[in-house]
Amino acid sequence: MSEAAPIKKGKGTIFLTLEVCKGCSYCIDFCPAHCLEFSREFNRKGYHYPVLSSPEDCTGCDLCGLYCPDFAIFGMRFKDIEQRRQAAAPEPLIPARG
Amino acid sequence: MSATELPVCEIENPVMPYLRQERLPHIWCPGCGIGTTVNCFTRALTDSGMDLDRVAIVSGIGCTGRVAGYMNLDSFHTTHGRAIPFATGLRLANPDLAKVVVYSGDGDLSAIGGNHLIHAARRNMDLMVVCVNNFTYGMTGGQVAPTTPIGATQTTMPYGNFENPFNLPFLADACGAVYVARWTVYHVKQLAKAMLEGLKKKGFVFIEAMAPCPTLYSRRNRLGDGVDQLKYYKEKSKVVNGADTKEVGLTFQGDITVGKFVDRDRPTWLEAMNEHYTHHFGDRYTPYGGSHAQD
Repeated sequence: MSEAAPIKKGKGTIFLTLEVCKGCSYCIDFCPAHCLEFSREFNRKGYHYPVLSSPEDCTGCDLCGLYCPDFAIFGMRFKDIEQRRQAAAPEPLIPARG
Repeated sequence: MSATELPVCEIENPVMPYLRQERLPHIWCPGCGIGTTVNCFTRALTDSGMDLDRVAIVSGIGCTGRVAGYMNLDSFHTTHGRAIPFATGLRLANPDLAKVVVYSGDGDLSAIGGNHLIHAARRNMDLMVVCVNNFTYGMTGGQVAPTTPIGATQTTMPYGNFENPFNLPFLADACGAVYVARWTVYHVKQLAKAMLEGLKKKGFVFIEAMAPCPTLYSRRNRLGDGVDQLKYYKEKSKVVNGADTKEVGLTFQGDITVGKFVDRDRPTWLEAMNEHYTHHFGDRYTPYGGSHAQD
């Protein structure tokens, strides 16, 4: 199950699969816009996951997606998201996992 | 912000089509850099525009050896150190494959499979070898590897390592590889570009990707977490493209020279064989794998 930060500010946003994040902090430390930080909550495995602390700074550059060793996070620009939604396949592409 | 408040997103992670999703989450430790190199590899595959049915990935045993099991390509997980011989067979039996990629760790490629590495480079077999170098044997418990720098503590070297380590780019260069590069997990964009160039290049391509091993190498040497190693890479690495590979050896927590060291052209093994026998036998010889003049 993939979840998004819903607030629409800035040029892009991140998408996060909470349950596969292992809290390595690669994305937080190397975000060029410094817009990520650790959550206060834990995910089901007991790791703190990243949250978008300053959504207005996120450019959707997807460097977090390139760094993430667990394939948990990726960034996308709003205009690409709109494009994808318009050309979207009806069925969800990521199957839900328990 | 709890998980239930967030809307379900219909947009898929761009990496996912390249992965066998039923196998995720993977077994790599938190802070391990191997997943990042996989990201770079998928990025390179996307950018290359290759037909994925014609790309094969082979790996040996070890943490990095698991990559073949996670990639949604034709893949084979070989016995320890024998990734390159298997890939050689694959390449020669099916010359129509666009690229055969060997994805393995430093112990698998340079210790157990060291002989295969040097001979595949000598023959200029048309392979792309990605060596994820974490300076230790991660899966078996942190034994000293041929790449462990002098002074680093390991399970089998509790008072520090005294053996001279391999300088892998120099080894590959001396044996005749046509493309040699080294990047770290910090240099994701450059690593993805090097892999893209490697996928497009004909001949033996050797790419060393330095990755942190937080559970064994970093912990035994008190170097902190995976992200601390990435900060060290960021601080101490210097990009010198075309550097003399003799000078790029690694020391314990010392300076790192990264970059594209070698990019030259030599006939591959198949090209050399076809040319040789055509020269000898003329029209009586039918060149092998002639249809593979694309990409």
